Amino acid sequence: MNNIQLDDNGRLRHFIGIEGLPRHLLIDILDNAESFISVAKKQVKKAPLLRGKTIANLFFEPSTRTRNTFELAAKRLSADILNVNISMSATTKGETLIDMLRNMEAMQCDMFVIRHGESGASFFMAQHVAPHVSIINAGDGWHEHPTQAMLDMFTIRQYKGADFSALKVAIVGDILHSRVARSQIHALTTLGAAEVRVIAPRTLMPNHVESLGVHVYDRLKKGLEDVDVVIMLRLQKERMQGALLPSQHEYFQYYGLTDAKLEVVKPDAIVMHPGPINRGVEIDSEVADGERSVILQQVSNGIAVRMAVMSMILAPKSTEHKKDKH
Amino acid sequence: MAGFSIVGGRVIDPASEFDEIADVHIQDDKIAAIGTPPADFTADKALNIDATGYIVCPGLVDLSVRLREPGAEHKGTILSETRAAASGGITSICCPPDTDPVIETPAVAELLQQRAANAGMAKVHPLAALTKGLKGQHLAEMGDLKEAGCVGVSNAMNPIENTEVLRHAMSYAANCDLTLFMQPQEPFLGRKGCAHEGEVSTRLGLAAIPEAAETIAVSRILFLMEITGVRVHFCRLSTAKAVEMVKDAQAEGLPVSADVSTHHLFLTEMDILDYNAQCHVMPPLRTQRDKEALRRGLAAETIHAICSDHQPHEPDAKLSPFAMTDQGISGLDTLLPLTLRLVEENDWDLSKALGMVTYKPADILGLAVGRLAVGSDADICIFDPEAYWRLTEDNIRSLGLNTPFLGWDFKGRVSYTLINGKVVHTSMNH
Repeated sequence: MNNIQLDDNGRLRHFIGIEGLPRHLLIDILDNAESFISVAKKQVKKAPLLRGKTIANLFFEPSTRTRNTFELAAKRLSADILNVNISMSATTKGETLIDMLRNMEAMQCDMFVIRHGESGASFFMAQHVAPHVSIINAGDGWHEHPTQAMLDMFTIRQYKGADFSALKVAIVGDILHSRVARSQIHALTTLGAAEVRVIAPRTLMPNHVESLGVHVYDRLKKGLEDVDVVIMLRLQKERMQGALLPSQHEYFQYYGLTDAKLEVVKPDAIVMHPGPINRGVEIDSEVADGERSVILQQVSNGIAVRMAVMSMILAPKSTEHKKDKH
Repeated sequence: MAGFSIVGGRVIDPASEFDEIADVHIQDDKIAAIGTPPADFTADKALNIDATGYIVCPGLVDLSVRLREPGAEHKGTILSETRAAASGGITSICCPPDTDPVIETPAVAELLQQRAANAGMAKVHPLAALTKGLKGQHLAEMGDLKEAGCVGVSNAMNPIENTEVLRHAMSYAANCDLTLFMQPQEPFLGRKGCAHEGEVSTRLGLAAIPEAAETIAVSRILFLMEITGVRVHFCRLSTAKAVEMVKDAQAEGLPVSADVSTHHLFLTEMDILDYNAQCHVMPPLRTQRDKEALRRGLAAETIHAICSDHQPHEPDAKLSPFAMTDQGISGLDTLLPLTLRLVEENDWDLSKALGMVTYKPADILGLAVGRLAVGSDADICIFDPEAYWRLTEDNIRSLGLNTPFLGWDFKGRVSYTLINGKVVHTSMNH
């Protein structure tokens, strides 16, 4: 299904999901992001790659962090950025997604960054968008959040080196409802991680998840044994309202990450979290602020990774040119 | 009035296991004879239909067709959909009560039948609401609705939460000697789901409906059958396990029948891998194993009938991310073609397969249609079993173009459809 993401030359045309993308393309994204890290360190944090391009942030779900990093990434590439807060406007008035899309196209946008509550929304938009417009998925339902996964891979590479085949990675938390987890799983398996584990109470573990190529654990301590990377997922507060979990207290007791539970991981293991974190729910403050935590590093890497993806789609020649010089 | 004959065709009447080259003689809207015409038969030979090389069988009977009228005429009308049915060789259709307004008053039931009669195409047999407003709280006026022509009772796709209400509804339906048409769906399990719970829903991140949503509902109804004595027809079975449960219940002697939709016999969860909204159906498409079990269930006569589960939609209904789209497939155009394809793929006996779309569904509805019996209404389908054709947006007859079978090649095409001895559809050039 993800072929819609690639053009006839195998270059990135949309960025909808990690599933189905070739390994070399993921590595290209990481390499390009590397080169953009330096932009952030300059006094003038701008590269002229996307001058004259217009990017629209279409967020159908509230988000500040992800939207901000996309906005910063676009600005650092010299693109014009338009923020559209949709939950307040169009679709509540009955305007269809397609109508909305046509309207935005009429404003001569080159790229839409889309976050939507329904799985498959970005794929749907990519199927119907005009040929000159590209889509970046900033999270669709429980399906994928590919830029988040790539910034996580980038962070792992920073700390653990480029060889993923030596790594055991554990993803902990609400796997069932997590688009981040799905994208991370596809990214890690594509990059050849030695072992990907998912750890969750059975109520938050999707059926047949092992078919994605992961090992399934329902006990935190067992699942954390000897891992190099621990990725904690955010637990949405509304999960407490149904019958999925008895209480935050009990969740923290069994699945919250504490220093004591980290005793079994590799000595140099890192702890990650896509944010925003719930202290005392899925992660203890001591861990979040501790020496293993790379959570803030993830945030700053997010901008470089999003710059990489945007420029690979909208300015493929210049990024290729830059790579040739390497 | 002069009669006429359908000459030289291979006449298949699954109900009587008749399968020979023969002439069918029609007089005064009825089948007068098959083979030798009766002594008093007066034919106008100009009206004769040459069926050489064709198959002459009873008009098809479809157990579930949403006409969309009244209430959603932008999706389909009684005229558009009964005409589409007729062009697909279907001469009798049963429509569920979830129209707007619901078929819970004799007025709505009569309106439907009257408009269908005026259209003069496929005959329409409504199901009455089991509970008022299909809300699962109060019994609908089943007795009156039966008087008004309803052939059974159903709560359509609305599961009844309260088991006490369900029990009483079943008892009362039995009291009215009405068959209960139940689409088995547990009221809570997977209520927000739109895909089968399995590898594909996990991969796509779609809210899922487990197999147990169907099996629990089937067992709940089977246990209540034992204390209420009602006849139950299970609509749209989708899981291998439910087929087994129905088989066991039949072996115990419970009066239970079942049907399956054409799409569940050809499609699986894999068909939604690209979020194809045309494959968004209820119950959801399940696994390859389930699909095979449904086919075996038909062959073993645990499942009695194949239906189109026709649900036409306007294009916009399918133009959204998967979970937001309306579920359902426009199926009238593909009921016969897909049934013929089953015959090819499974090496089934043609007559037996035609029985699944003619007299068997008619028996479930308690109607004397779906057979070529002397004296019965001349509702007849004549098709060319060797004609190849491709389903396209241009040749779909239903107002709903929402089908995942677009672009499929089929063998076997309807040449004539007769209802009450009148040719209501022909693909022949005269």
